[in-house]
Amino acid sequence: MVMGRVLVPGTGDGRLLRLRAPISLWGGVDPVAGKIIDPRHPDFGVSIRGTVLSIPGAVGSSSSSAIMLELLRERTAPAAVLMAHADAILALGVVVGQELGYETCPVLEVDPEALRAFPDGTHLHVSADGSVTAAPQ
Amino acid sequence: MPLTLTSDERAMLGGEAAGANAMAMRILVSAAELLGAEELVPVTSAHIDGCLHHGDGGVEFAERLVAGGGRVAVPTTLNVGALDLLHPENVRADAHKADMARRQMDAYVSMGAEPTFTCAPYQVGHLPDVGEQVAWGESNAIAFVNSVLGARTERYGDFLDACCALTARAPLHGLHIGRNRRAKVVIDATRVPPSLKRRDVFYPVLGTWLGLEVGREVAAIVGLPSTVSRDQLKALGAAAASTGAVALFHVVGVTPEADTIEDATQGDMPTQMITLTADMLRGSLARLSTAEGSELHAIAVGSPHFSIEEFEALSELVDGRRFSLPFYACTARATLQELEDAGRAGPLRDAGVEIIADTCVVVTPILPEEGGVLMTNSGKFAHYGPANTGYDVVYGSLEDCVDSAVAGRVTRNELVWAW
Repeated sequence: MVMGRVLVPGTGDGRLLRLRAPISLWGGVDPVAGKIIDPRHPDFGVSIRGTVLSIPGAVGSSSSSAIMLELLRERTAPAAVLMAHADAILALGVVVGQELGYETCPVLEVDPEALRAFPDGTHLHVSADGSVTAAPQ
Repeated sequence: MPLTLTSDERAMLGGEAAGANAMAMRILVSAAELLGAEELVPVTSAHIDGCLHHGDGGVEFAERLVAGGGRVAVPTTLNVGALDLLHPENVRADAHKADMARRQMDAYVSMGAEPTFTCAPYQVGHLPDVGEQVAWGESNAIAFVNSVLGARTERYGDFLDACCALTARAPLHGLHIGRNRRAKVVIDATRVPPSLKRRDVFYPVLGTWLGLEVGREVAAIVGLPSTVSRDQLKALGAAAASTGAVALFHVVGVTPEADTIEDATQGDMPTQMITLTADMLRGSLARLSTAEGSELHAIAVGSPHFSIEEFEALSELVDGRRFSLPFYACTARATLQELEDAGRAGPLRDAGVEIIADTCVVVTPILPEEGGVLMTNSGKFAHYGPANTGYDVVYGSLEDCVDSAVAGRVTRNELVWAW
C-alpha cells in the first residue's frame, strides 16, 4: 500500500498508467477523446480515460485546469490522478467540477518513487483516505 | 497548520451559497488547503486566463459567477479568447462554438474585467510594481510578471484566476513568499557567443532548454547581456513555461530581484550549477522543429502577442516585399489600434500580413484547413502547434520567417548558430 496526500477527495479504480514525461493537459490531451495528443510526448496516442494516472510533473499551460474540467464533463477523465507535486492548476479543474456538480475523480500527491512497487498496468484502488492499493479486478 | 481565514474572508465564505463571492471563496479555500497554505494574501491585480473556450464547462462556470452577482474586486485584465471579435471571419468555428466562445468572453467582461484579450497584458499597461502581490493566469504572463516585473504570483490556471479576482485574495504559498523566490539552480551562459546572445532567435531556444532542465525550480541565469530586451525575456519565459513549469527565473544584472548572484540566490548555495554548452542549445533547437526540408504552407508569429517593437522589426524586414504564403501576426487589440493610429498596419497588410487580434493561431482554428508545415519564431507556437493545429512546425528567426514567406519555402540562416 502507498499513502498519498489527498488534494481532492474521492475513490477510484483503474489500471496504473505511469506517464513517462511531465505533461501540459492543454496542448497535451484531447478532452473529447481522452487521449494524449502531443506528438513530442513519449506516451503520444495513449488513452488516459479510466486509468489511475501517475503524472511525474504538471507543466505548461494554465488552461490545463479547463481541460481537466472538460475531461470530467465529457466523462473521459482518469479514475484517479496521482501527482508528484501539488499545484493549483490541474487539481483545481477537479475542484471546480465538484462545484458544478460533475462526477469527479480523486487527486492525490504521491511520491512517484513509492509507486515503483506497482508494475505498469496494475489494477489499483484509490481510497478516500489517500491510500493506494493493488486491487483484484 | 490548517488554513486560517480572517473575519472578512469568513463572511465571504458564509455568504449566500449561490452568490459568486461565496462560490469563489469556496474554490479558493479548497485550493489553499490543497496547496498547504495557512492563510490567504490580499492581491491587487489579476489576469484571467479563463475566458478562452475549451469546452462548455468553462462557460457554465463563468455564467454561474455572473448569475451570482460576480464582480472583480481588483483591476483585472483578460487573456485571449477563442474568437477575433474585431475580425470574426478570421476564425473557423461552428455556430455552437462561436456562440459559447462569445458567451465566455462576455461573461468576464460583464464582471468588470477589462476586455484586453491578450496573453501579454504587460504590453497594454498592466504593470504591477516590484513586490506587489497579484494573481495571474496564463503561463507566459506568470513568468513575465514574476521574473521581469518582480511582482509576486504563483502559477494560477483557469477558474482560480477568476476566484482570486472576485475575492482579491490568493493562497499565501510558493512564489508569494519572498524566501521561495530564491534561485536554486544557476545557469552559466557566459560561454555562449555574444553574437548569438544578441539575437532574438536565441531566447526561445534557451527557454525551451530551461523548462525541460529545471521543471518547476527557480533558476538564475548569469552571462546574458545587460541589453537583453523585454521581448527577448518574454520569449525566454514563454518557452520555459511551455516545456516546463517555470513561473520565475532571474537574469543576473537584469531582472529586479537579481542585481547580483547573491541577491538571486538570497545568499544560499545553489543546489545545481549548469554551464550552457553548444550541444544543449542544439538539442533544444532541434526539438523546436518537427519538419525537415523546404516545404512550407504558412507562417505565424506573435506568441506571446506581438509588441509594437516587434511590429517595427517586422516592418523593417518586410521592406516593401510581398509574401507568397499566408502570414499571421497575433496581437492585442490595443497594440493593433496603436499600429493603425501610426499608419503602420496598412503597409503590413499590403505585404500579406494577416493581423489577428484578441486570439491566436494555436488556440482556435485560424490556419488554413489543409494543414502542412507552419514556420514560427515563437518557442510557444513551436511547442503547442503540432498538437493544437495538426501542422508540423519549423522554428526560425523573424528574419527567417519573413524571407521564407517571400520565397514560399523554408529558408533559415543556420550560421547564427555557429559556436
